[in-house]
Amino acid sequence: MMDWVNVLLQGVLVGGLYAMFAAGLSLIFGVMRLVNIAHGDLIVLAAYVALVVTETLGVGPLTSLVIVVPLMAAIGYALQRLVLNRTLGDDLLPPLLVTFGLSVIIQNGLLELFTADSRKLQAGDIEVATIRLFEGVYVGVLPLLQFTVALLIIAALQFVFYRTALGRAFRATADSQAVAQLMGLDNRHVFALAMALSLAVVAIAGVFLAVRANFDPAIGPARLLFGFEAVIIGGLGSLWGTFAGGVVLGVAQAAGAHLDPGWQILAGHLAFLVILAVRPEGLFPRIRT
Amino acid sequence: MSSEPPLLAVQGLNAFYGDFQALFGLSMDLRAGEAVAVIGANGAGKSTLLKSIAGLLRAAPDAIVFNGTRIGGLPVHAVAARGIAFVPEGRGLFASLSVEENLLIGGQLKRTGPWNLQSVYKLFPVLAERRHMPSTALSGGQQQMVAIARGLMSNPKLLLCDEISLGLAPIVVRDIYARLPAIVNEGISLVLVEQDVVQALKATQRVYCLQEGRVALTGAAKDLTREVIAAAYFGM
Repeated sequence: MMDWVNVLLQGVLVGGLYAMFAAGLSLIFGVMRLVNIAHGDLIVLAAYVALVVTETLGVGPLTSLVIVVPLMAAIGYALQRLVLNRTLGDDLLPPLLVTFGLSVIIQNGLLELFTADSRKLQAGDIEVATIRLFEGVYVGVLPLLQFTVALLIIAALQFVFYRTALGRAFRATADSQAVAQLMGLDNRHVFALAMALSLAVVAIAGVFLAVRANFDPAIGPARLLFGFEAVIIGGLGSLWGTFAGGVVLGVAQAAGAHLDPGWQILAGHLAFLVILAVRPEGLFPRIRT
Repeated sequence: MSSEPPLLAVQGLNAFYGDFQALFGLSMDLRAGEAVAVIGANGAGKSTLLKSIAGLLRAAPDAIVFNGTRIGGLPVHAVAARGIAFVPEGRGLFASLSVEENLLIGGQLKRTGPWNLQSVYKLFPVLAERRHMPSTALSGGQQQMVAIARGLMSNPKLLLCDEISLGLAPIVVRDIYARLPAIVNEGISLVLVEQDVVQALKATQRVYCLQEGRVALTGAAKDLTREVIAAAYFGM
């Protein structure tokens, strides 16, 4: 019994990481209808950036966020201004193809620079520290931190979207690009800010991913898939839904892994398929009129 | 007529939709504080003229001079920043924003002037009551009020209104038109594109009547007779 409580708890905590993967993806799709195929690879890129920062400066992974987050945000802004804005239009295909190309470039670029060896960020004692909740149930400090950070990220994004001028600009531009420009909003700049915000979240997700487990240049697409699944499970357009989607995915994977270690990924995909079949609009869809 | 340069001067404006030419060397001007109506049949080029001024359609730099600077071909947001607000046909409200958020987006350029949330709510009191409702939950007339108020929020020098009477009951149209003098009195110049010729003539000092992308008739609103307008309207 207690081991199942443990399993579910671990699943919930890992779900926070998946919610981080998904939040940036969801944000970009919501604001500019761009499906970023390179999202997973950008997460891995952030992990390698953190690796370089920690090795060069001799700081811990969590401290490295001070550099990695603004750096990734700057990369996001430039990427949107210089490349992705040119692909946006009535047709959904060009941005899809360009981000797919970007995905290939990032993977091969990382392979060239860092080889295919698995790497990991060392966070020190915090990695093995645990808290005993009650007899037989323990949670790791790091997964708990990761979950809390995910919760804070979603809450912060929710705040930005619905309580600030920037969020208003995001929502207005998503509603109608032409009318938003009539209000004096430069949509190229608004989109670039959205991508910067997305990659700031990606940076945090990348660092937590790299501390949690080994990574190599090829693991991006699977993270993209987890992100997609979390977004769809939660319902398009809802940030808290995305968070719930990540948790559902995490719990399903943890339960699968507990039954048979080979079933971890499969169980996640099955949960996704079941929800897609039973509730194709997701758990908490935002009705758009 | 004063000798000071016009606030807006459109000179030899050509506009195209792909290969189709909608405006042919059109010229018009507008002095500061003036209200001008642009009338004409469907497809005469009225909306095209406004879209060209607002930057939504390509125009030669010289073709549109606003406040002494050439604005033809500038990006839409840059035109807005210079003080031209456009109330688009069909209102173009942001569906996922509340009434007040729509107004705040209108004011995000932070140009200074008499218009702010308080003063637009004074102009359209019904909007104050519904400020937190989704903009789509309002009646057509109220939505049109939001669109006009949103345009005012940027404290423009020039307000372009495209078919504000479209799809509204006559009593609602009269109600909205009754507020226009208050706007012009605050020093804003106005270009009204209208199908409703009677309303347009009452609200403005001068009229341009377009026909097939050219100015067919222009003159002071009070001097133009029905017959003259009908002739210019239908090209008879």
